[in-house]
Amino acid sequence: MIHFVLLISRQGKVRLTKWYSPYTQKERTKVIRELSGMILSRGPKLCNFLEWRGLKVVYKRYASLYFCMCVDADDNELETLEIIHHFVEILDRYFGNVCELDLIFNFHKAYYILDEVLIAGELQETSKKSVARVIAAQDTLIEHAKEQSNSLSNIIAQATK
Amino acid sequence: MALSGMRGLSVFISDVRNCQNKEQERVRVDKELANIRTRFKNERGLSVYEKKKYVWKILYIYMLGYDVDFGHMETMALISAPKYAEKQVGYIVTSCLLNENHNFLQLVINTVRNDIVGRNETFRCLALTMVGNIGGREFSESLAPDVQKLLMSSSCRPIVRKKAALCMLRLYRKNPDVVNTDGWPECMAHLLNERDLGVLIAVMSLLVALVANTPEAYWNCVPKCVQILERLTRGQDVPQDYTYYGIPSPWLQVKTMRVLQYFPSIEDPSIRKSLLNVLQTILLRTDVVKNINKNNASHAVLFEALSLVMHLDAEKDLMSQCIVLLGKFVCVREPNIRYLGLENMTRMLLVADVVDTIRKYQAQIIASLKDPDNSIRRRSLDLLYAMCDVSNAKNIVEELLQYLTTADFGIREELALKAAILSEKFAPDLSWYVDAVLRLIDKAGDFVSDDIWYRVVQVVTNNDDLQAYAAEKARNYLDKPAVHETMVKVSGYLLGEYSHLLARRPGCSSKEIFHIIKEKISAVTTVTKAILLSACVKVLMHCQPPNQELFEQATATFRRYENSVDAEVQQRAVEFLALSRNGLAMVDIMAEMPKFPERQSALLKKAVDTDGDAPEVSATKLRLQQQNSMALVVADRRPPNGDLHLLSVTEAGASNQYPKHAAVAESQASEVPHSSQSQVHSNGATQQHASGTPHGDLLGDLIGTLAIDAPPAEPTTGPSDSQALEAPPKSPAISAASADSLALVVLDAAPTQVQPLKSVSEWFRELSVKDSGVLYEDPYVQIGLKAEWRNAQGRMVLFFGNKFTAPLRNVRGSVLSPPHIRTRSAVVPETIPPRAQVQVPVDVACIGASRETAVLDFSYNVEYTPVKVQLKLPTLLNKFLQIAPVSANEFVAWWRALGGPPSKIQEVVRGVRPMPLTDMADLFIRLHVGVLPGLDPNVNNIVAATTFYSGTAATLCLVRVETDPLDRTQMRLTVASEVPNTTYELKELMKEQLVDIPSLAQPSRTSASSLAAMGLTAPAAALAGLI
Repeated sequence: MIHFVLLISRQGKVRLTKWYSPYTQKERTKVIRELSGMILSRGPKLCNFLEWRGLKVVYKRYASLYFCMCVDADDNELETLEIIHHFVEILDRYFGNVCELDLIFNFHKAYYILDEVLIAGELQETSKKSVARVIAAQDTLIEHAKEQSNSLSNIIAQATK
Repeated sequence: MALSGMRGLSVFISDVRNCQNKEQERVRVDKELANIRTRFKNERGLSVYEKKKYVWKILYIYMLGYDVDFGHMETMALISAPKYAEKQVGYIVTSCLLNENHNFLQLVINTVRNDIVGRNETFRCLALTMVGNIGGREFSESLAPDVQKLLMSSSCRPIVRKKAALCMLRLYRKNPDVVNTDGWPECMAHLLNERDLGVLIAVMSLLVALVANTPEAYWNCVPKCVQILERLTRGQDVPQDYTYYGIPSPWLQVKTMRVLQYFPSIEDPSIRKSLLNVLQTILLRTDVVKNINKNNASHAVLFEALSLVMHLDAEKDLMSQCIVLLGKFVCVREPNIRYLGLENMTRMLLVADVVDTIRKYQAQIIASLKDPDNSIRRRSLDLLYAMCDVSNAKNIVEELLQYLTTADFGIREELALKAAILSEKFAPDLSWYVDAVLRLIDKAGDFVSDDIWYRVVQVVTNNDDLQAYAAEKARNYLDKPAVHETMVKVSGYLLGEYSHLLARRPGCSSKEIFHIIKEKISAVTTVTKAILLSACVKVLMHCQPPNQELFEQATATFRRYENSVDAEVQQRAVEFLALSRNGLAMVDIMAEMPKFPERQSALLKKAVDTDGDAPEVSATKLRLQQQNSMALVVADRRPPNGDLHLLSVTEAGASNQYPKHAAVAESQASEVPHSSQSQVHSNGATQQHASGTPHGDLLGDLIGTLAIDAPPAEPTTGPSDSQALEAPPKSPAISAASADSLALVVLDAAPTQVQPLKSVSEWFRELSVKDSGVLYEDPYVQIGLKAEWRNAQGRMVLFFGNKFTAPLRNVRGSVLSPPHIRTRSAVVPETIPPRAQVQVPVDVACIGASRETAVLDFSYNVEYTPVKVQLKLPTLLNKFLQIAPVSANEFVAWWRALGGPPSKIQEVVRGVRPMPLTDMADLFIRLHVGVLPGLDPNVNNIVAATTFYSGTAATLCLVRVETDPLDRTQMRLTVASEVPNTTYELKELMKEQLVDIPSLAQPSRTSASSLAAMGLTAPAAALAGLI
């Protein structure tokens, strides 16, 4: 299973973290520091796998962002590598040519997109279309709520005028 | 950024991004946190929009790595909100901020359950996602049946069912004992008919977890899995959405093959045949293509197929196809594929006899050992280690030795160990083995563990024809100007034993050899000095006819160390000096070491331990520990080889109930039954150092006493008896009654008078500043203790030794821990066989500061009379301290910041044991309180700093001692830390250590009574001495 997902920028800034195994805040910070040190220092033409504390970290760099997933030592590494790519494609489709800035300002969206791709550290859906549909539906629900509350507050505002 | 839709959030994010440095960022974040905190305090006035905004902000701040210790309740409150928009925020942020062990989560179980069983599909999805991501035990208990119902329901849409499947997976994986799996095999088989591939993938993941636990229950799923595989490889009936770069759902293929690997073997011929056909197709048609993603995906499937073929132990031609493929992979340039090729080839070696085929690729594999990529080098090392045999050992070991000098530090110790093992296991001849290992020590002395050179000594000792050769090699190495300490040890030892075999060769006369050894002696550590002194005396003995000049030189050398501060070195020097005057009589005493009994190399054992432990420590065990104790810090995993040393020794000991050195010493004693006592001494002492095992210093001390007291020619005793005879305590000592009553309660002591040989509190005092030593000893039993401490964790090993000639019965030992310390100990066996030693590891974790210690409640029977003692274990506060490197500026800043009581406490201590400041500084360091010299301008003051670890917290503690040069018995002690309790406890501890004066002059009750006890039980002790 996937123990955690990390998105780290080239400067070592964390853009997204998701933990499927229990780590305390302190451990999380430590893991991030340790791994970002190891991954950022690796050269460009090396393999995408890193053995780490009896687990394996599969990572891939997309532009300025490193996507990392930590899996068990006997999990299929290439499969995990393609889960990363799958997630990136979905982000790409949603944001339209996704860049780091999109993920910074819309980190909350990144979280709920990830929730549609992975649950419990396992792949949930491999159809990009199906994921896109669910996300679109969620967005409508939220927009809807916003409009409602806007109109509601308008009414109140007018009533209390 | 229109998409985000929350202006406040976007503004905050840009503010943080615009910060020039970390401090600015912290200021901005702190400001925001303060703002959110005040807003949350007055929750009534918050609009829905604001609540959401602040909760997102909290998540963002948390993600940046800042501690957020509030807002959890507000976040979770959103889960109960009626609207989707709020619920969603609540669910997502909760599952990011909290982990499954968080108590708060129990508060929302009901709400979550309502969402799961309720009608609203979107709510259901949110709830299932969160439980799937962070659900713990309570969730398993209360939600499993509901989730299973959703999974099986035909009215639910796929989106709900796949989430339900993965949610189920989590609940089951976390607590297989809680989830009732009756009837599941049928359900799973039914679910495998699912047409929606999204659901099917989720179901397949669930199946992997189920068959991993109980494969035999799910046989009915095998045919379905094979069908699914067939369908996928033919690309039948796979919707466009579920193909990935033209490959029909590679993930589902991989998962399905993973399921099949959990079944022991597939017997049904028709199913097996169709499965093998599928695998054959995959093996044949996977090609390298340009598109990297397609290539990865198809190779993911291919590697899984390879694993499955290996697992099935398939027909010859399928296996040989695999090997051909792997051979291709280890030679390609693409690093991922090469990495996996190496990894799988190593795996292949374990299941099939394919060494001959793989040897064809040896050159390429060795080339990978020099790859710039660390991950690949590691794989290559593993593979080389696995494929080594007699035919290629020379070559491979040669490569490993060369690689050693360039390898990165993390890997060197493992590398050295592996090289040593291979050169022993597959040595074409033994002289080559000696060559290889000596070269290894020469090149990588720092990374060569003691076990490696002990093994060389064992091998050389047991092979007569090797001795002269080894001695000559040793001479050549030792003659070099800069030699690694380990090399000095092994060479010194070998020269001592065997240099006389070289006597006729040029440059190898006794005098010259002696000169070479003497050259080194001044520049080495005490342990090595001891070995070299023994070597000197042996060389002297072998010098025939006796040479006056050599004698004088040797005597001068021994004289030099007569007053050594190290007891062991001093003792040897004095003894050897005395012995060397005996002239020829020495020959009997200094006889050659007897052969070692054949035994498995400790190295192999160690390698096995390492292999077995490494993944376990880090993965499963880690998770287990995390569930049990939050105190664990992830990164504190033991390095693969280094620290496991102790562990492996312990395990070795536990398996045969003797610690290694005891076994060695004993075997020697029994093999040389009629030699004089002194000989056994020197052998025993050497050996003991050679094995460097847990209570080396303990035995050393004891032997020391005896050696001086005992008449020289008393026959036949081994080192172990000295333990039993250690009657006259060296420091008669002990401040009697009060201390004893504290630590020791002897019940029903009247009939047998079983009394400790020394004061229990004295032993405890010693252990409070040392990590190994005696905890308790009486005429029947000795309890030794060895401990390792790291931050808030510790591991003590208790050695229960039966000194008596009959088994000790009714042995009970339990560790009682005070509230601030958590302990977990292994069970003490009820009976300890005569003269055997049992080891009981005790894990300790500190949660808070206190002077109370854990207590060992120990009892046993001597001929139906119970003996019961309560022994304080040294789980003192100082064991959880670590010296903190603090610069002068930092110290002053902290010191000022920690204003006054209760954070900073001052006390004038009177009745201090007068000692020079340097001794006091030594004492501090032994207490793990780091002295910072030169920081205080007044030379009569000491300032020090240390870090106290408890739970997951680390507290910096500062100490200042002001002494009065005119009156050394009083001082002013100031202790400061952020936590008042820690400050107080540390102050009390230091005071205790400084004031507690053992009254050396006062003859004590205890020593008298222990002598009395000895008188009573002398026959028993004498019998015990026959060991």
